[in-house]
Amino acid sequence: MNFDFSDELKQLRDQARRFLGERSAPKQVRRVLEGHTPYDRALWEGVAEMGWLGTAIPEEYGGAGMGHLGLCILAEEMGRAVAAIPFGSTTYLAAEALILAGSPAQKAHWLPKIAAGETVGCLAWAEGTGNPTAAKVQTRFHGGRLSGRKWPVADGGVADIAIVVARNDAGQIVLALADLRATGVHPETLQTLDPTRDQAKLTFDDAPAELLTAGGDGWLVLEQLLDRAAILFAFEQIGGAAVCLDMAVQYARDRHAFGRPIGSFQAIKHKLADVYVANELARSNAYFGAWALDTGAAELRLAAASARVSATDAYHLASKENIQTHGGIGFTWEADCHLYYRRAKSLALSVGAIPFWRDRVVNELVARNAA
Amino acid sequence: MNFDDTPAEAAFRAEVRAFLAANATLKSASVQGTRGRGIGAEEIKRAKDWQARKYAAGFAGLTWPKEWGGREAPQLFQVIYNQEEEAYAVPRGVFEIGLGMCIPTMMAYAKPEQLQRYVTPALKGEEVWCQLFSEPSAGSDVAGLRTRAERDGDDWIINGQKVWTSGAHFSDFGIIVTRSDPTVAKHDGLTFFFLDMKSPGVEPRPIKQISGASHFNEVFFTNVRVPDAQRLGPVGAGWKVSLTTLMNERLAVGDVPRPDVTDLLNLARSLDLDDGPAINNAVVRERIADWHVKTQGLKYTRFRTMTALSKGATPGPESSIGKLVNASKLQDIASFGMDLLGSAGIVMNPDLAPYQALFQDALLSSPSLRIAGGTDEILRNIIAERVLGLPSDIRVDKTQPFNQLPTGSR
Repeated sequence: MNFDFSDELKQLRDQARRFLGERSAPKQVRRVLEGHTPYDRALWEGVAEMGWLGTAIPEEYGGAGMGHLGLCILAEEMGRAVAAIPFGSTTYLAAEALILAGSPAQKAHWLPKIAAGETVGCLAWAEGTGNPTAAKVQTRFHGGRLSGRKWPVADGGVADIAIVVARNDAGQIVLALADLRATGVHPETLQTLDPTRDQAKLTFDDAPAELLTAGGDGWLVLEQLLDRAAILFAFEQIGGAAVCLDMAVQYARDRHAFGRPIGSFQAIKHKLADVYVANELARSNAYFGAWALDTGAAELRLAAASARVSATDAYHLASKENIQTHGGIGFTWEADCHLYYRRAKSLALSVGAIPFWRDRVVNELVARNAA
Repeated sequence: MNFDDTPAEAAFRAEVRAFLAANATLKSASVQGTRGRGIGAEEIKRAKDWQARKYAAGFAGLTWPKEWGGREAPQLFQVIYNQEEEAYAVPRGVFEIGLGMCIPTMMAYAKPEQLQRYVTPALKGEEVWCQLFSEPSAGSDVAGLRTRAERDGDDWIINGQKVWTSGAHFSDFGIIVTRSDPTVAKHDGLTFFFLDMKSPGVEPRPIKQISGASHFNEVFFTNVRVPDAQRLGPVGAGWKVSLTTLMNERLAVGDVPRPDVTDLLNLARSLDLDDGPAINNAVVRERIADWHVKTQGLKYTRFRTMTALSKGATPGPESSIGKLVNASKLQDIASFGMDLLGSAGIVMNPDLAPYQALFQDALLSSPSLRIAGGTDEILRNIIAERVLGLPSDIRVDKTQPFNQLPTGSR
């Protein structure tokens, strides 16, 4: 049994932690939060130079070919650093969609650009409220053109290309790749509670696009894509949750009240012990997801849903109890607690909210127990 | 990242499987309720036979020194053995405390000739040991114990009462921590012994639990004479010896108590609620998903621990989370399963209640799991202080003489 990352990947983790510690410190994240720039371009370029945008992209397409375990490691570090870049949208969603369903020509054209940091990608599945369901898809794909409204689209306002979930003339779900710089695409930035991540409404008005999936299997591909992304987002979530616990523990040691460190009170201890437990369970579920993603195991869907539910709950708990442990200072703009509190929620909603994933857990359990 | 055994681990696992297949029976498909009446003579005989067979085959005391009949195997081998044994209906509950806590304490403090006398009979299953720590006024705060030991020539005279002692009525020997000096600070006035449980003046009485079962005893000591030669550690050093015992708590194994989330899933699939099959109910689905995720999280946390063990780490306080999560989960699943039955959830007739009243039995037995072997609250303190490094509580009982500490009416 070796249920851990290799030493090589642990070195990658250390390297990423140092790099992001310098380049994505709270003061840099705050520049995006405060609206000076839609995302941290300098950080994006730095991450591209490190070769991290191509971590799971095969070498023949200009990637590092390190596989998904490497991407899991980096996702956790991005989560720890609350990195204000479209890393997940580009690497877990757009690049993965191309790897899963793109033609050789599409892969050869786009994947090297993604790996080099020249192309920012995103996934446009939602059309208003609700979780991913095929029935809600109204956007039409007809004769190489897209028409419809997609919102919210994470990083839709800063991306160059989008993988768009649409319906073809036969009423089937397809995935289409749209160049967001083309005429007929109208992006509109949305206001959200986490301005460190772009969210947009994309209006397609007879905009050019090419099919990624040809027939009626578009929804199946989307589901595979969501499963894979759920595991990677889970790593971002456990990274953020771990920092919240560290911050709360440090503060509870330093802060004195009633003549003693507040961390000596059981009301604080037990709260933080519960955060620790939730974080550990989430980490273990994420690791199993990483194993399933890496090996393509039959358990992938159940592992993904479990990792997602566990990590979403853990980050929610850790980010809110971090504020609570800090007391009044915790809800000020100056304290960094809110960076994680915001990100916890925006990640929780990124690829379907928690009820969607709980439902998937039970669907899988029922299917397995019926057999 | 893989779940494969190393060649040495795989060879050991194969050896364990062959032994179990030849010597034990698989747990039957039918569910075993938790409403036992404790352990009787028949169960003890079966447990002793099983322990003897394990010893003969070399699976007892896996991590112990070879001179005491052990195998000097790495900790991970014990985990592998436990994993494999879990699928079999083998007797449990007779030797765990003796071999897991008492004998390791003896190994740390007893004299060589005493080890010669006691270790191998315990490992062979010929003699059963119990642990006498808790008292009516010393639960989580075990150092608050009051059972007196007074020197009398070459002997000590013990008077007092212990409680929550598993197996006291069928044990041959016990380890006991006593107060030898109430005039010094609480942790400084304790002395540790081992004793013959058949000594005159030792009287175990079973405690009837809320489930109706009796898994624990209270044990009364009236002028019990123990030779000073059976003292473990110096006079006044009983607390330090006690910590050795507690450090040897059995490494958490993959015991998921029933009903588990699969039992709840099966119940929900077999039941109709007012609005259709229970398994289609959104609330039911949400709860099943959350309990599944916790169960899997614990399973893979154990796998991470095993990985660390195989790389040479020693089990740390992190393993506290297993019982902390499992005990509450059991209580909550039991309660929720009964809720699904509506008013009929209260019925315990084995022929009327699903799975022979598994859920109802668990509701009554689960409170003990949250308390025995470290309460939820103590486990959270352990995590907070020993894993997270939070400061310990400010104590008012560390320096004052024990006999001047305030006491309540309970």
